[in-house]
Amino acid sequence: MNTAIIVFPGSNRDRDMIAAVEKISGTRPAVLWHAEKELPAGLDLVILPGGFSYGDYLRSGAIAARAPIMDAVRAHAARGGFVLGVCNGFQILTEAGLLPGALMRNAGLRFVCREVKLEVATSKSPFTAGYTAGEVIRCPVAHGDGNYSADPETLTALSAEDRVAFRYAAGTNPNGSVNDIAGILSANRRVLGMMPHPENLIEPLNGGLDGRPLFESLLAAA
Amino acid sequence: MKARVTVTLKTGVLDPQGKAIEGALHTLGFPEVGSVRAGRVFDLELDGADRASAETRLKDMCEKLLANTVIEKYSVEILG
Repeated sequence: MNTAIIVFPGSNRDRDMIAAVEKISGTRPAVLWHAEKELPAGLDLVILPGGFSYGDYLRSGAIAARAPIMDAVRAHAARGGFVLGVCNGFQILTEAGLLPGALMRNAGLRFVCREVKLEVATSKSPFTAGYTAGEVIRCPVAHGDGNYSADPETLTALSAEDRVAFRYAAGTNPNGSVNDIAGILSANRRVLGMMPHPENLIEPLNGGLDGRPLFESLLAAA
Repeated sequence: MKARVTVTLKTGVLDPQGKAIEGALHTLGFPEVGSVRAGRVFDLELDGADRASAETRLKDMCEKLLANTVIEKYSVEILG
C-alpha cells in the first residue's frame, strides 16, 4: 500500500500515523509538506493527520483546506483514491468540501481527551470491512472541535446511503455531534473522516488493538 | 478602500460559545440578556475604488474562506 501523509504547520499526530501505517503495512509512508503541489505517482492512500494546523486560526482546518497540496488531494479523491482524515484531518476534509457538514466547538466547550466507545455503523467500506457492523470498539479522542453538524438533507442522505462509518456508542457522545456521528464516508465510500484516533490503538503497548482493523481493511482493499 | 465583513452562525445552529457568554453575563448582573450569538468581524483594506466590484470580490472571499457556509452566514460592508 503506497501511502502519503500530509504534514501541515501545527500537525502533531503525524508521527503516530506514520508509525501505525509502517507497522501495519510494512511500508514506510511518504511524508509530504503541505506546500508541495503534487502527490507521488501510484499512490493508494492519502492521510491527513490530527493536530492544530495553522493554530486552528479562523476555523479548525480552514486554512489547511486551502493549502497548495489540497488540489492534488482533491484530484486523488476524484480518481477514486483512498483518503483518511483523522481529527484535524476530518476538519480539513469538511472544510475542503471532500466531506459534507462541519465540525463545531464541542457542545460542552471543553477539550475532550479520553477513550470513548465507538459503534461501527457500517462494515461496507474499505475502511471498516475488517469490523462487524454494530460492533463496539474502544478508541481515544482528543479534540475541542468535534461537534459534527450538517443540514437535515445531508443527514438524511448520510443515513440513507449508509455513509456513517462510526457513531459514539449510546450515552458516550463526548462533543454533542448530531446523531452521535463520529466518522463519515464520501459518496464513493473511499474518503473517510473521523474524530477518534484509530492510529493510537494498534499494538499491545497502546493498551489495545481496536484501531488495527481499519488499517488492515485498507491494506486488503488497496 | 476599507471594508468590514461580519460572519455569524446561521439561525438554528447551536452556538455553545454564545451560550457560555450569555451565562457569564447573567452572572455579572445582566439578567436582561435573553440570548447571545458569537461571531467574527474582519476589517480589510482593499486596493481599488470600485465599490460594486469590491463587494462582489468580498462575497467571493466569504464563500471561499472567511465563512463556512455550511454553518455560517456573512454580510459585507464598504466603510469608505
